[in-house]
Amino acid sequence: MATSSFADAGADLELVGIHKRFPGFTAIENLNLLVPAGSFFALLGPSGCGKTTTLRLVAGLEEPTAGQILIGGKDVTSTKPFQRPVNTVFQSYALFPHMTVLENVAFGLRRRHVGDPITKAHEALRLVELDHLAARRPQQLSGGQQQRVALARAVVNRPALLLLDEPLGALDLKLRRQMQLELKTIQTEVGLTFVHVTHDQEEAMTMADTVAVMNKGEIEQMGAPEDLYELPKTVFVANFLGQSNLFTGAVSETTKDTIAVDVAGNRIVVPKSRAARHTGTVTLGVRPEKLSLLTTEPDAVAGQNVIGPGRVIDVSFSGVSTQYIVEVPRLGSMVVFAQNMVFGPVVDRGSEVWLSWNVDHGFGLVDDPHDVPRFPADDDTVSIAAQKRVELTVELED
Amino acid sequence: MTAQESAVLGRTVATEQRLSPRPRRGRFGFGRWLLPFYSLLALVFLLIPIVYTIVFSFNNAVKTNISWRGFTFNNWLNVCDEAGVCAAFGNSILIGVVATVVATVLGTMIAIALARYRFRFRAATNLLIFLPMATPEVVLGAGLAAQFLTAGVAKGIGTVIVAHTMFCLSFVVVTVKARVAGLDPALEEAGRDLYGSPAQVFLRVTFPLLLPGILAAALLSFSLSFDDFIITYFNSGAIQTFPTYIYTAATRGIPPQANVIASAVFLLAIIIVVSTQIAGETRRRRLARASVES
Amino acid sequence: MAITAFTGSATVQEAVPRKRSWVALVLLLPGLLYLVLFFLVPLVSLAITSLEVPSATTFGQYDAAFNWQTYGVVVSQYGTQILRSFLYALLATVFALLFSYPLAYFIGVKARRWPILQGLMIVLVIAPFFISFLLRTLAWKAILSDDGVVVGALKALSLMGPQGHFTGTPVAVVFGLTYNFIPFMCLPLYTTLERLDVRYLEASTDLYAGPFHTFRTVTIPLSLPGIVSGTLLTFIPAAGDYVNASSEFLGGTSSTMIGNVIQSNFLVQLNYPAAAALSIILMAIILVIVSVYVKRSGTDDLL
Repeated sequence: MATSSFADAGADLELVGIHKRFPGFTAIENLNLLVPAGSFFALLGPSGCGKTTTLRLVAGLEEPTAGQILIGGKDVTSTKPFQRPVNTVFQSYALFPHMTVLENVAFGLRRRHVGDPITKAHEALRLVELDHLAARRPQQLSGGQQQRVALARAVVNRPALLLLDEPLGALDLKLRRQMQLELKTIQTEVGLTFVHVTHDQEEAMTMADTVAVMNKGEIEQMGAPEDLYELPKTVFVANFLGQSNLFTGAVSETTKDTIAVDVAGNRIVVPKSRAARHTGTVTLGVRPEKLSLLTTEPDAVAGQNVIGPGRVIDVSFSGVSTQYIVEVPRLGSMVVFAQNMVFGPVVDRGSEVWLSWNVDHGFGLVDDPHDVPRFPADDDTVSIAAQKRVELTVELED
Repeated sequence: MTAQESAVLGRTVATEQRLSPRPRRGRFGFGRWLLPFYSLLALVFLLIPIVYTIVFSFNNAVKTNISWRGFTFNNWLNVCDEAGVCAAFGNSILIGVVATVVATVLGTMIAIALARYRFRFRAATNLLIFLPMATPEVVLGAGLAAQFLTAGVAKGIGTVIVAHTMFCLSFVVVTVKARVAGLDPALEEAGRDLYGSPAQVFLRVTFPLLLPGILAAALLSFSLSFDDFIITYFNSGAIQTFPTYIYTAATRGIPPQANVIASAVFLLAIIIVVSTQIAGETRRRRLARASVES
Repeated sequence: MAITAFTGSATVQEAVPRKRSWVALVLLLPGLLYLVLFFLVPLVSLAITSLEVPSATTFGQYDAAFNWQTYGVVVSQYGTQILRSFLYALLATVFALLFSYPLAYFIGVKARRWPILQGLMIVLVIAPFFISFLLRTLAWKAILSDDGVVVGALKALSLMGPQGHFTGTPVAVVFGLTYNFIPFMCLPLYTTLERLDVRYLEASTDLYAGPFHTFRTVTIPLSLPGIVSGTLLTFIPAAGDYVNASSEFLGGTSSTMIGNVIQSNFLVQLNYPAAAALSIILMAIILVIVSVYVKRSGTDDLL
């Protein structure tokens, strides 16, 4: 692969107090974000969480209602998209159907009057290993190839910031995996700052150095993928990024390093360093694969939480692991992932079991499961109808 | 048959088998052939007067071109011998071209505004575009004629061009608007993202992508204008277009030269349509093949 | 073509307009001004003309007035022709629909497996557009004339009396209207049927509907946009047509339509107020019919 001309480093991106309101709903509320230069940054969230809007704001395709956008320390809030050192890989790729692959890639270079656009375009196509198809039209390429052309078309401009809007959404699973790897390689090679928007948690975790989990227009938590997974801060992150078993109860005792919480008569201990709140009613959680399934009641050991007995109500085998759902009286149902160390499940439906886990594997959250949403979700039918009505009123006023 | 096509056929056949567990009526049964047979007859019926017109362009007619008097090429070789036919034809071409150009430019502008911008009086604008298409030609013709009468404008080529531009405009708007609406907005965004100024994006992305729609609208305008009789008749005054020539000649008999011109225009149009279709089909196949190979 | 354009507006989802800008005004103004000047203002001048009274001094001159009695006069004088026009237009629309639907269905659905055949057939359907419709109508007049092949054969088979005519009768006028507007009916039907997803039909068969029920409850509703624009494209021009009904073509004295009356009042008798009043009446009736029809069929987005 060629690397020579893409050696420029990317710039950092800073969003300060961004608000974006559309008629009838708020897409983003008070968003503050710092993406370090040269990083692979993922914005992860469910559809309608405001992640694509954030991307469009950075690209300049939308204007923020309030707030500032800084790229490399320079305020670009009021500049037009064609004046920003930013390029986007669109979700639908948006390759120009009336131009060849080569002309597509050279488009940005020509607009900026960069010398020798054709050579540079070929070089970018070599980077994505598609130079042999330079004379083709986009519609003659497969989905994966189109995706790579879109990438080359953006990368060739050596933007300070490369935005990727669900770039792998249209590809099948195998191709996705392959492209994830390629994207990562290309990013390391060209050293640009990548901002990647996705709703696929696995994709975000495998590719990004830093993941920001976004929900309802706000960043819930930001950090390295393993930190987010092992120590989620909010109920939303705990459930969106993988699965979690959550318990809510009052703090019953506090030691120097730990707190114990009484959850419907069960005593659950968690280290203070892994809990966000240390007094009052708190919500604790533990990941399903951290739980051990025991068929006899274990002796109480310091450093282990034990609950039970409960009853296995569902067993589903998925190859690598088996998922058990255990109904524990007064605690509700708990999910357990067990590696398939032997052939097949170890316990059957209806078995009586105890669950235990290392105290250090638990985590305490800042919020509780039934917190009122900050503002109503923007993707339900009621708010869509409200939005439509506002649009109509605007039109009628005219 | 290409591999792709046979794959498609294979799939269709398979679906049919899956969907009809009960034995079908005989494969060559009456019901199976009724629809194709009817369609064939229907097309023949549609073509009868066209064939008649073409055949009678070769009639060795003396005064009127009603009964068959033998085959001749004379009408085709001496089209302009019959006074008035060629002049009327020339007028029709001139009117068609001018009206088409004006209507296409104005209509495309409106279509882009309708599909891409938010503005006041949107509903009223849509209504104003739709109404001329929902108004009988005789009303459009009489209305314009009444206006020219009130304003004291003398009828002639100019008034016909004004009238034709008016009724072509709406059809251009509708045709081009469909094309603009079908255009992925992300393409224009990509243009802006790749450092294109608004003017450059329009010139290099939007316009080339709209061009097929604009050309279709222009062709439509021209054929509407060329074949229009009713509105023209109200506003043409002393000048004659090809259709008004035929109308006035109908009382004393149509000269075969009129058939020659109509046939020639018809054959030219059919050749254009068929060749664009064939070109499109070959292009489609080439694309399909190429994407299978790559 | 005109027709595809018409259906296009009915089926293509309008993209959400994104910007509000003075550019829109610049783009809209020339075209809209043109339509106001040469479409709306003429309608107003028609209305004004319809209220004028004859000048006392010169024939063919009219003075501004508010003589709404003209409307009463023309309605009582030409009531038959008005009713007849709408009856003929209705008949022609129904016949054209019955003629075109099976044809459009075959081309749009059955012929899908053979794209070349499909393309060829649709070219043949629109072929009549490319040849002057006056000449086509005259061709029918010659073919169906009293000494022509068809009438001769019918008389020889005693299916028609020796004194029977075809040209000059209402039947001939409706026949001509039907023939001339078949392509306008066929094309929108074709465009909607061509996009019809066969899987809906398969789903219907799967859910125990026979061919007739599938057709009535699935195919017809799904092709409704095509049916609506096809019938409008046929009915509106047919109601105002005067070529087929004029005596040089297929009509006779017993088949005069409102178009003929407007034409002769305006261009021959120079009775502008009567012609204008008839035009306004025609336009008003059509607008009422169209808006009721469009509302009833639930395809408002056609507008």
